[in-house]
Amino acid sequence: MAGDNVKHLSDKDFEETVNSATPCLVDFWAPWCGPCKAIGPMVDELANEYVGKLVVAKMNVDDNPSTPGKFGIRAIPTMILFKGGKVVDQVTGAVGKTQLVAMLGKVL
Amino acid sequence: MSDYQLIIVGGGPAGLTAGLYAARARLKTVLLEKGVPGGQVLNTDWIDNYPGFPEGVSGFELIDRMTAQAKRFDLEIRSGAEVSSMDLAGPVKSITLADGNVLTARAVVLATGARPNKLNVPGERELAGRGVSYCATCDGPFFRDQEIAVVGGGNTAIQEAVYLTRFASKVTVIHRRGELRATRVVQEQAFANRKIEFVLNSRVTAIEGDTGVERLRLRDNDGRESTLAVQGIFILIGIIPNNEVLPAEQLEMAEGFIRTDQEMRTNLAGVMGAGDICHKEVRQVINGAGEGAVAAMSAEHYLAGL
Repeated sequence: MAGDNVKHLSDKDFEETVNSATPCLVDFWAPWCGPCKAIGPMVDELANEYVGKLVVAKMNVDDNPSTPGKFGIRAIPTMILFKGGKVVDQVTGAVGKTQLVAMLGKVL
Repeated sequence: MSDYQLIIVGGGPAGLTAGLYAARARLKTVLLEKGVPGGQVLNTDWIDNYPGFPEGVSGFELIDRMTAQAKRFDLEIRSGAEVSSMDLAGPVKSITLADGNVLTARAVVLATGARPNKLNVPGERELAGRGVSYCATCDGPFFRDQEIAVVGGGNTAIQEAVYLTRFASKVTVIHRRGELRATRVVQEQAFANRKIEFVLNSRVTAIEGDTGVERLRLRDNDGRESTLAVQGIFILIGIIPNNEVLPAEQLEMAEGFIRTDQEMRTNLAGVMGAGDICHKEVRQVINGAGEGAVAAMSAEHYLAGL
């Protein structure tokens, strides 16, 4: 089902998830952000397609203020790609799937 | 044989409405969208002047409803389908996608839209997403109790300046002219708002800061320089056309936008334009959608005559 393979992160379990061996894509979003909601289904799709190879996660910036602050995020949607806890790449705005898949190529 | 009767390029209000009309007229149609359906209207928090929504509607909900309506008539929408080139001159139009696939049809509606213009000053690109923003709805809440600037004097800039006062402690509107371009009712709201200050006859020459925006460098029209300490800057200075994939050598354009007649026909037989990519004065959701409807009906008429 849509979204079943997406992990919903909080400030508490963020570190543990991005530090794991599997690369991780985090979508920082909020319910008041139209472009965030528009790309939501596309992020769900990626999660389904990359199951086992990539952790696809979402973080609600309203409920979890500390992590976005740490990464200097002042615009959403922002997507950050992590490998072994390190930021590999990041992109802001309602980007297309093609661009995201190209970005994932850096870790997969 | 071509793959489709009609290809629509772009999934904003114009493209989605063209898709609704074409699918309902049972034309074999595909809508190509490089990202996800929506376009610039997603950047709008609340739309008060789209008829049929007496309480107003959010940009996201309006698009969600338009998409659902087009899908009810089985419109094929391909999200993430980026066009790399087009050949629109002959009777069969071909559109090449970034993934190498080629789609053909005898009619095309171009609804590629526009995107926010940039200031093109030092620091803008470096600090994008770190205090430099083009979308008040998306990023406004990050500036709670902070001081920010809005650049621009049009309807979008002034309306969003008012919106941003919900979060920011102070909003400074910077405009290069002595008067705002926004309509009277929008201006009055801004003038009545005590959190908004105006710096007119001035432009931003640089955006500075270490890990985020810290200050702006300004120059007024007499050449005097000053700095303004802000944590955010919202750049709302109009739009530029998404025309990079349009065949400039085939299509008649004006100032980068497509020239169309009243029936939304371009200079090329079977090729229509709709929405913000068209050369026109008024760019609202309502006329973008209206143009999409007209373009689809022109396409239907053209195909029937073949």
